[in-house]
Amino acid sequence: MELIDLYRDVILDHNRRPRNFGALEPADASVEGFNPMCGDRLTVRLKMDHDKISDIRFEGQGCAISTASASLMTEAVKGRTRAEALELFDRVHELLTDDAAPPADELGKLAALSGVREYPARVKCASLCWHTLASALRSSNPQVLPPVTTE
Amino acid sequence: MKSNALADRPLEFDVDAVRRHFPVLARMVRGRPLAYLDNGASAQRPVAVIDAVDDYERHHHANIHRGVHTLSQEATALYEAARDRLTKFINARSRHEVIFVRGTTEAVNLVAQSYARPRLVPGDEILITHLEHHANIVPWQMVCEQTGATLVVAPIDSRGEVHEDAVTALMGPRTRLFACAHVSNALGTVLPVRRLIAAAKARGITTLIDGAQAVPHMHVDVQELGCDFYAFSGHKMFGPTGVGVLYGREQLLESMPPWQGGGDMILAVTFAKTTYNGLPYKFEAGTPNISGVVGLGAAVDFLLGLDRDAAERHETALLDHATAVLSKIPELRVVGTAADKASLVSFVVAGVHPHDLGTILDEDGIAIRTGHHCAMPVMDYFKLPATARASFAFYNTFEEIDRLAAGVERARKLFA
Repeated sequence: MELIDLYRDVILDHNRRPRNFGALEPADASVEGFNPMCGDRLTVRLKMDHDKISDIRFEGQGCAISTASASLMTEAVKGRTRAEALELFDRVHELLTDDAAPPADELGKLAALSGVREYPARVKCASLCWHTLASALRSSNPQVLPPVTTE
Repeated sequence: MKSNALADRPLEFDVDAVRRHFPVLARMVRGRPLAYLDNGASAQRPVAVIDAVDDYERHHHANIHRGVHTLSQEATALYEAARDRLTKFINARSRHEVIFVRGTTEAVNLVAQSYARPRLVPGDEILITHLEHHANIVPWQMVCEQTGATLVVAPIDSRGEVHEDAVTALMGPRTRLFACAHVSNALGTVLPVRRLIAAAKARGITTLIDGAQAVPHMHVDVQELGCDFYAFSGHKMFGPTGVGVLYGREQLLESMPPWQGGGDMILAVTFAKTTYNGLPYKFEAGTPNISGVVGLGAAVDFLLGLDRDAAERHETALLDHATAVLSKIPELRVVGTAADKASLVSFVVAGVHPHDLGTILDEDGIAIRTGHHCAMPVMDYFKLPATARASFAFYNTFEEIDRLAAGVERARKLFA
């Protein structure tokens, strides 16, 4: 395993220029995610059009893996339905934790996160945004959700 | 003590010889020689400690105290001999003042629950400083919740220093206890504890010093300091994990109820009444970490066998070198620039998150700590979510620090 597999160009690019970064007002859902181990903090905000994620933005502070993962996530789920986004969450989770899992085709650019699984201490960095999103999507009343933590 | 003739001559500290005592320092990590710069989190063990624990486990283990058979007597003798070593090591007046605990955290909790809780009433104050480790914050918050006392926090300045007058200004008529670190784990600041203790004492305030980061770096004499309680951990001073010491003045310890009930801390139990054991056993309920204590005793012997003055000078030279080479790196900021610092450097690099830096350095076999260092209020003060921290021991080398600096440069380039 080489460092270059963890910090692929896609990751470095999304860390440098995170997509869909900033506030989203008004939002239909806003959930805060917190990784107490490293202090990473982010807020994911969603606009829903019926069952579809019509817009999504995030803000906060975190490492390159966490920032890039959130940036890639927002690109990947925008325009998808709740069920599709949750399905994608499961695929990403497999990608980050299951050595045997070949990157599924539908992952697209998200496959760049596969290097993370060789660094167990960093898996939480990549998954924080996804847990935060899933929490927002699974709740019937996401406006009042408690923050998500990785611990 | 060195003779004057020797002290005049600069003593060379033989790092290579010291390193040979620490087997793990010879290992490779990711194909590179390990550079272990995370001593503030936990230090490595010398062969003497490993062997002492091994010998105990192989030949002498049994439960201590009360046993009439040979192994129990041997285990008891080893355990109590370690207490004698620790007593001498910190210059406590009596072995009754040396309580074995799981570590600094447990020691602080013991004092919070057994000393502070029965004494505090609403309106009383506990004074700490802004740079404490969570282990010297949370136990006091808990006891404040239980008693209605208030936690008062003395400020730090932008260099990470604690000023005597800023602390004494907060020592009021209701201040019942003052607790602070001897050395900050997040910033390396050495606090002026002797003066702070004297100021507290003059006002009748009980003092606790968190010495977890101090004992590995400097000679600590609890009588000279004059504190009421002093807490430290075995694993940061080259001993095993899961063992530490609470030093307490005998008079105070005598006045305190036991912290936990159980075996070993009693003299007689009936269902009507239990008579507690005397010091130090009153505070050592249950079977303790016997092998850990034996290992800690061996760590004390190891440290006493070193030329600690030379070791301290070497650590200071490491700190100076690290501060110099890291400060040359553009976009790098050292966090914590106190005039008096222990051998650690906390820093941030613009554009490189500490966690990414930690991973990148690990690829080069360099171990540092990244995060909030269990001192979130310190991070909040500097408005940082996290820092990178390289913390040194006497077995570290200038070359390891140069490798650290080169690794930081590599990370900077990757994220540029």
